[in-house]
Amino acid sequence: MKKIINLTINDQSHEIAVEPNITLADLIRYQLGLTGTKKGCDTGDCGACTVVLDGEVVNSCLVLAVQANGSVIETIEGLATDEGLHPLQEAFVEKGAIQCGFCSPGVILSAKNLLDKNPSPSEQEIREGISGNLCRCTGYKKIFDAIESQSS
Amino acid sequence: MKEFDIISSRAHRVDTPDKATGQAVYTDDISRPGMLYGALLQSPHPHAKIISIDTSEARKLPGVKSVITSKEAGTIKYGVSPARYDENVFAVDKVRYIGDEIAAVAAVSLEIALKAVELIQVEYELLPAVFTVEDAMKEGAPQLHKDFSGNLCAEVHQEFGDVDAALKESDIIKTSTMKSKRQDGAFIEMQVCIAEFDNRGVLTLVTSTQVPHYVQRTVAMVLGMDVGKVRVKKPYVGAGFGIKAAANPMELACCILARETNKPVKMNFTREQVFMYARARHQFNHTITTGAKKDGTLMAIKHECVLDGGAYTSFGIATVYYTGSLLGGPYKIANMSYDGYRVYNNKPACGAQRGHGAVIARALFEQQVDMIAEEIGMDPMELRIKNMMEAGDTTCNDLNMSSFGMSECIEAVRTGSDWDQKKGNMEPGKGIGMACGFFVSGAGYPIYRSDTYHGTVIVKLTEDGGTALVYTASAEIGQGSDTAFAMIAAEALGIPLENIRLASGDTDMGVDLGAYSSRQTLMTGHATKEAADHAKAQVLEVLADQLNVPVEEMDIKKGFIEFAGDTPDFTALRTRYIKEHRGWTDNPDSEKLTFTEASRIAFLEKGSIVGTGKYKPHDLGGKFKGAAVGTSPAYGCSAQVAEVTVDMETGQVTIDNITDAHDCGKAINMTSVEGQMEGSISMGIGEAMHEEVIFNDKGQVLNNDLAEYKIVTSMDMPQVKAVVVESDEPNGPYGAKEVGEGAIMPTIPAILNAVYNATGVRLNELPLTPERVYHAIQDYKNRVKK
Repeated sequence: MKKIINLTINDQSHEIAVEPNITLADLIRYQLGLTGTKKGCDTGDCGACTVVLDGEVVNSCLVLAVQANGSVIETIEGLATDEGLHPLQEAFVEKGAIQCGFCSPGVILSAKNLLDKNPSPSEQEIREGISGNLCRCTGYKKIFDAIESQSS
Repeated sequence: MKEFDIISSRAHRVDTPDKATGQAVYTDDISRPGMLYGALLQSPHPHAKIISIDTSEARKLPGVKSVITSKEAGTIKYGVSPARYDENVFAVDKVRYIGDEIAAVAAVSLEIALKAVELIQVEYELLPAVFTVEDAMKEGAPQLHKDFSGNLCAEVHQEFGDVDAALKESDIIKTSTMKSKRQDGAFIEMQVCIAEFDNRGVLTLVTSTQVPHYVQRTVAMVLGMDVGKVRVKKPYVGAGFGIKAAANPMELACCILARETNKPVKMNFTREQVFMYARARHQFNHTITTGAKKDGTLMAIKHECVLDGGAYTSFGIATVYYTGSLLGGPYKIANMSYDGYRVYNNKPACGAQRGHGAVIARALFEQQVDMIAEEIGMDPMELRIKNMMEAGDTTCNDLNMSSFGMSECIEAVRTGSDWDQKKGNMEPGKGIGMACGFFVSGAGYPIYRSDTYHGTVIVKLTEDGGTALVYTASAEIGQGSDTAFAMIAAEALGIPLENIRLASGDTDMGVDLGAYSSRQTLMTGHATKEAADHAKAQVLEVLADQLNVPVEEMDIKKGFIEFAGDTPDFTALRTRYIKEHRGWTDNPDSEKLTFTEASRIAFLEKGSIVGTGKYKPHDLGGKFKGAAVGTSPAYGCSAQVAEVTVDMETGQVTIDNITDAHDCGKAINMTSVEGQMEGSISMGIGEAMHEEVIFNDKGQVLNNDLAEYKIVTSMDMPQVKAVVVESDEPNGPYGAKEVGEGAIMPTIPAILNAVYNATGVRLNELPLTPERVYHAIQDYKNRVKK
């Protein structure tokens, strides 16, 4: 039995009928078509499905869509504006912090959330800030460089 | 050295703006109208005869569109190497590991497909199973494949020079062993594919693969179709590291389901299935004896290795050869013998992973080099330099090092790590160690025996000039190959990088063997350069004719036509170009004739300007059995220094930093080269420190998720200093060669040598868990007491 939920995603409000067992990740990807949110495990281990929910980063594969009812969500598609890429996205491009790119949306959202809360993180805080996001390609160094470059 | 406009820069990658914004499309992001969802039935038993399969209940479930077994899929065998096709899409007579595919279902939803899978009734007769090489090789052990007695999948016996005689002449002989653990690729994007037939019978398979070409051939062979009726496309791929370098059974099942239903079908591996399918790095059991003279001259290597192969061959024949052949360098060693055995057992098959076959052999051998250096009181770097090959040298097994900056790499890490000050002066509990390694820059021969070109590329100029379209079937899987080829094309044409548009990863675009064996930069790069040169020559020929200037006196640089002598009057050409664009406001007014004008004029004279390029290596290697494996047109090489801290009370090893230098020939993109070096180090650290696929006594993977299978996280990665050492590779485009795999070779031994330096203990088993290191330290203390 579907349930109607209300969500604000990237400043756009949605009223959606969802199955009670659908995860937020599947809702975002397959029902709303925001495929920038990736799925690398479906068990909350890899962080590829990271979104910002009411100001906190979450693994959207571990959140049921119905649990998110009434919340404000930011996905990777919400960062760029008419002016172009968000400065943090620019930094990831500039520093070569992206290889296969599958973890990048999650890493960027975790990093943005970190910088929103702590504009001048130490190296250790940067490491902790993205510790829930696995990257198998880069060895993280250029990711640290990109985040560091956006620290004030 | 030649000056380049684009090559060797830190140009931004062409794909990363889309990847940063979530716009980049990967296979699972694609949905097709009327698409069905497929699911696999996989064996719950490690070894069993299939007595019967009853699919009737599954077929009755509403929403199920097709249920297929070997009856529908047929019994054509496939695999990686035609010499050893030992797999069927679905088990025909028996299953050989937990996960072996038995049937598949397509349904209107994934939930229904999974429910239908549960309704398939299979009657098994359980067979005894074996899970270790020791048990599999025992007399009377259960046999996996009837044609391979003793479960011996492959054996290799090679000797170059006279090893026994050289060992007799040696003053120092070191023998030691090394046992590694099975790895998982742990790429973040799980395998996924969508298959669809059109109404003319053409199959399109969109899939997360490193090798569209090989997948195309395997699909065509198994489905009995013409190669030209099978199109394989890869969108962006969330990495592969070797595991996605062959057709997988899900791709084949998906194509058959699409054929049976005449609907698009999507299939995904779960993370658990990624571990179940495996095909990643083998577990290696090495014994190596190295002989040397008192002056440090390395004399001989005697090498034996047993590979834990799993249930099928996969890449295993190549693996077992690579394991031996890539010990031939980077040192001048005239005598080398190798006895390699790959053994079947009832676990998932192993295959290729970054540093294919050679990583653990290197991990053991580089420790022995250190042991010899210690015994004769020589600095490990000095001993390595003393024995180091130089450009132009050939190993005893016929691998030619056409460029080789290995000594320069050692010097770079010596300086970069402050080695001379640190070595011998480390605080208690801290250690420093180094190692070298090298790897092929593309396999010298295709996986199937063939005279095929390894890569073909098309460069087409847009009819209005200005933009060059590059079409290649190569595979961007995250390493940055699209950017490398765009840069090569821009450099060769003499136009800015922004004026290149590149499309790749589609078998309709040509032949390219794909992303494995670190081959694309050199091989596809060559073909790209040739295609761009060809297109440029056609433009210049038209200009030569129009302007009456000899073609050899013209060039294209930064988007403008350069003349060796006086600039001829090109007013007529410009007027003609502008006339073609009445009403346009951005017509050229530069002092120099633009490439845009020139290529428009060329189009008006000749029609589409299309340049074609191709590449295959020259004949490589010796004539002995297995000589092909390990051959390459070039070899990349690396030196690394690792510094560690070891807690002597708990056995906890912390890697403090790593200094890495890699000779990649001419770096096409500096940033991408560093990225490959840093990524290689992180994978090497994972393998050294904590990665291990663990099985229970029934052959089931226990840690089949990314929480319990521990890859390096942002908290684990040490400081890394990556130094790019450039050489000029004569067989590479603009002098370029590999970086993707060579950079992992020294990581594990550098760490092991550093741990020894800190503790006095040599570890002969990976990974370096605190427990293992603790026990090794205690054993050592007890030995010293006695």
